[in-house]
Amino acid sequence: MNIHEFLVPPAVFCQRTGPQDRIVMSSRVRLARNLRKLPFPAWAKKPDRLRLLEAIQPAVESLPQMDPHFSAAMDDLTAFDKQILVERHLISREHAAKGAGSGFVLNREETLCVMINEEDHLRIQSLRPGLQLKACWQAIDELDSTLETKLDYAFSPELGYLTACPTNLGTGIRVSAMLHLPGLVLAEEITRIINAANKLNFAVRGLYGEGTEALGNVFQVSNQMTLGESEPQIIERISKALNQIIEEEENARSILLEKKPKVVFNHIGRAYGVLANAHTISSKETMNLLSLLRLGIDLGMFAQLDRSHWDEIFLLTQPAHLQKQFTEKLGADERDILRADMLRERLRTVPRPQPPK
Amino acid sequence: MLCNVCKQNEAKVHLTQIIGDKMQKVDLCEECSKEKGVGDPASYSLAELLLGQSLPTDEAAPEAAAAPETETKCPACGYTQADFKKAGRFGCSECYITFADGLGTMLKTMHKGLRHTGKVPTALQQAREAVQKLKTLQKRLEKAVAEENFEEAAQLRDEIKRLKDKAPA
Repeated sequence: MNIHEFLVPPAVFCQRTGPQDRIVMSSRVRLARNLRKLPFPAWAKKPDRLRLLEAIQPAVESLPQMDPHFSAAMDDLTAFDKQILVERHLISREHAAKGAGSGFVLNREETLCVMINEEDHLRIQSLRPGLQLKACWQAIDELDSTLETKLDYAFSPELGYLTACPTNLGTGIRVSAMLHLPGLVLAEEITRIINAANKLNFAVRGLYGEGTEALGNVFQVSNQMTLGESEPQIIERISKALNQIIEEEENARSILLEKKPKVVFNHIGRAYGVLANAHTISSKETMNLLSLLRLGIDLGMFAQLDRSHWDEIFLLTQPAHLQKQFTEKLGADERDILRADMLRERLRTVPRPQPPK
Repeated sequence: MLCNVCKQNEAKVHLTQIIGDKMQKVDLCEECSKEKGVGDPASYSLAELLLGQSLPTDEAAPEAAAAPETETKCPACGYTQADFKKAGRFGCSECYITFADGLGTMLKTMHKGLRHTGKVPTALQQAREAVQKLKTLQKRLEKAVAEENFEEAAQLRDEIKRLKDKAPA
């Protein structure tokens, strides 16, 4: 079975809902783990990496939590397959660049996946829609506890789990949530929020993680410190911060609606206008305008458009998912035309936005 | 502007990397950038990009010349302090012992504390608890012997033996 047959179709994928998903698009917990005394992936020679993969991949595949699964070596996936996985947030862009000696295992529900030989020997991820950090942690803790009986983890009583980069040392945990914050961006409050989050030692990044732009007003907030605090403490601390950001976003939206309703309706109306009528549109412009459309949905301005429908459009307009709908290889210009065609078709039956009553 | 590597094609990829207070710039054509794997921002160093030659920076030359032959090397993986300075990552788990000097200072700038207080692998946790229990029993045994309480001492001795037999060497 190839990865395209394994992954659920976008329409089904986007039916998933979770708590607070009006603002929190998804939650994730990842753990970094390594095997004792063996060179970390970036330092290991290719034969070493291949041996590591041979040892780790079967151990991961044998986990009851990963049954049934999709499992592949990165050199068996095409650049297109990898891009699909990046757009689904199942692998990092760094992992997509990997070839022989790296691997990937994903469970049926697409809630647990393991990157083998990314920066560390193992990067285990637990994913959930909406704000569900504790559920993510429970699932990944259980998976990790089973895996530790099969693999010889590098662990020191003082320093915890030993990682390639000392910034991940200790718990090796990275807890993050993907937030949609158009209100804070429109109200020009986002810089204040990012600075406040940074002061609390949380990182704020773009849609695809490290070094990426906050396209479509989507921000990823994650912990940076991994040593000196337990996993539940880290989750507790970031949950507090996330709840505060959610509250700030809701406040910003209410204040905007109260004080500058015309500005808000203007943004949303124009976004609809362009998306429903354009004949060529880039992925970046699409994401930024779709963000405003989503805000319109949240505010009750679109009677016939719900969030799962929106999620599907957002995913289907990303480059690889768009390409997947066509058999012939598309250039960037052709993609922009076909993206616009698809958006016009999808929004054909959606009446234009009406100010909320 | 021509590509720094092939010196033939127009440079289209411009990279700047800052390590410490040194800035390095590289201009590459599309082909060379692909060949050098510039798509992956985490795993290359600009100096390495240029055929492994270090770029001329003010201090690079004297520093390289002064690098002592006896530089600490990780016995498990051969990693050196210089490798760490360049990559910001270690070579293997043993490097944390090899390069333990100065580690604390660095970790202080990154983390909340210097000691792990989170999850411990269960097997390790159980082993640790067993060691603890053994110590307690041994103390009680010494006390029992000192107090000439031989009946209790015999019991304790048996219990210690059982524990030791159970635990893997």
